[in-house]
Amino acid sequence: MTRRNVLLFVARHAIAIALSVMFLAPVVFLGLTSFMTSDQTLTSQPWPTSWHPENYAEAFAKAPLLRYLLNTLLYAALATGFMLLASVPAAYGLAKLRWRGRSVTMVAIVCMMMLPPQVTTVPLYLFWADAGLTGSLWPLVLPMLAGDAFSIFLLRQFLVTIPDEYLDAARVDGAGEWRTLRKVVLPMARPGIAAAAMFQFFYAWNDYYGPLLYTSENEANWTVSLGLASFRTMHHVEWHLVSAATMLTMIPVVVLFFFAQKAFVQGVTLTGVKG
Amino acid sequence: MSLPLTGGAGPSRTPSPRLTRLRRRLTPYTFVAPTLVGLALFLVYPLVSAVYFSFTRFNLIQAPEWVGLDNWRFLFEDDNVVRAAKNTLWLVLVMVPARMLGALLTALLLNQVKRARGVYRTLFYLPALAPPVAATLAFVLLLKPGTGPVNTALSALGVDDPPLWFNDPAWAKPSLVVLAMWGIGDLMMIFIAALLDVPAELHEAASLDGAGSWQRFRYVTLPSISPVLAFAAITGIIGTLQYFTQAAVAASVASGQVTGGGGISDTFGYPEGSTFTYPLWLYVVGFRYHVLGYANVLAVVLFVVSMTATVLLLRRFKEFTR
Repeated sequence: MTRRNVLLFVARHAIAIALSVMFLAPVVFLGLTSFMTSDQTLTSQPWPTSWHPENYAEAFAKAPLLRYLLNTLLYAALATGFMLLASVPAAYGLAKLRWRGRSVTMVAIVCMMMLPPQVTTVPLYLFWADAGLTGSLWPLVLPMLAGDAFSIFLLRQFLVTIPDEYLDAARVDGAGEWRTLRKVVLPMARPGIAAAAMFQFFYAWNDYYGPLLYTSENEANWTVSLGLASFRTMHHVEWHLVSAATMLTMIPVVVLFFFAQKAFVQGVTLTGVKG
Repeated sequence: MSLPLTGGAGPSRTPSPRLTRLRRRLTPYTFVAPTLVGLALFLVYPLVSAVYFSFTRFNLIQAPEWVGLDNWRFLFEDDNVVRAAKNTLWLVLVMVPARMLGALLTALLLNQVKRARGVYRTLFYLPALAPPVAATLAFVLLLKPGTGPVNTALSALGVDDPPLWFNDPAWAKPSLVVLAMWGIGDLMMIFIAALLDVPAELHEAASLDGAGSWQRFRYVTLPSISPVLAFAAITGIIGTLQYFTQAAVAASVASGQVTGGGGISDTFGYPEGSTFTYPLWLYVVGFRYHVLGYANVLAVVLFVVSMTATVLLLRRFKEFTR
């Protein structure tokens, strides 16, 4: 390496390491706080003077955290399952089949994907109130049976890259379109489906606006996001418990990410456009 | 699964050509039928009713009553909507470019780094996955005015009065930008993929022509990735127009008041309305005051503004709908 290259190498890694520290610091500090005493969280001492893993047990005891976690899991799992049932066939229909109204439907899907949820909030809230389902998470789960606009968009972006020759081969063998989807497209589209499923799962897991809108009056159906935002005593935020509970909501996300990192990275890049 | 349209009359049971053709024409709709129903129910219906409701007065108990343009006239007398729209505009103008610039610079850096690139990439990306409520809590804790680690460090470095961050009206929005910068990972990944797609021959040709690294960036890289930048800008604007969770949670937690669940709207905008965004006002009007007619006026305005961005997107990226 030339002298200039050595300098560049050092400079780049110095910046990258500094950035790594900055990206990690909030979580590290949150983790440290989760092991502090309540009194220490009110001081500026960043390292726990004594370690209190029992904060995690106390967080479960002080708030129905387990219930919030189960509600969130149920919401995320059902939303993801329902979304896949409808979105995969829809994406196939939009990517690979010819039919009247296809491009109009695609425009509608992009519009729906881009629509701020607040625009349709009042009419949809009234709709679900009429159905007697406000106070539960069903208004967030049931629409997924019709597919999710973002997931359909993502899956379609993925499916258009599958060459038509594979499909034609199956069709020549006499397979119907549904059979072609099951036998040929599904195996090839597995990474795309995995990415869409994970995005949906994370979206539901992280969602705050939806549960706030539909379940805030009924604490039994709260999700962790809602529970976290209201975790405090009468006078102040109990930071050691909030931190413990917050760490708990992040762990499933991180674990899932590491298990399926590759599909995920591929999915993220699919959400963009080709350069 | 296939449509039960085949069973013909003939003994050979070969379907008539007309039935086969009909079947082939109808099959695609079996794939998209649930989605078409969904678009009608969850896009078209609520949009049409939002427009209709915007001309009516009602709440959760009373049925809608036609009041003509009354709600729309009120839009021009509403000081809160002006304040909320200004805050949202501020966020669009600052947060979107800041995130894009940050994501582009980190993507360019990682493109230059060979060793440990995967580790850096994962570390930079992970915060983007953090639940927004969790991330907001972490930053309120991090930026606590008196004893938070950031201000402790600033004091140690000799800064006399460090900012009060989420507790100072002048600093609350910049604090939200700091929080948003923490989550630039998703954009960064998109930019990294785009940078990898820039043809290497173009860079080589430019180098041979004596272009420096800035000129290569300006005349080779930037034009090649401009579609991705446009995509990020438009989706970023639309995302920021609906900015709700972080503003709501930061205000609630930093204010130190007992809120949560539905009562969270008591602290919206803390401190002094500085974090009061347009979607928060829409939520307050609809679900705290139950003035549903006017809430739909706000919804229709938000729809028109976000549609402008969506139309730009659709025109720029025709391949999305082809």
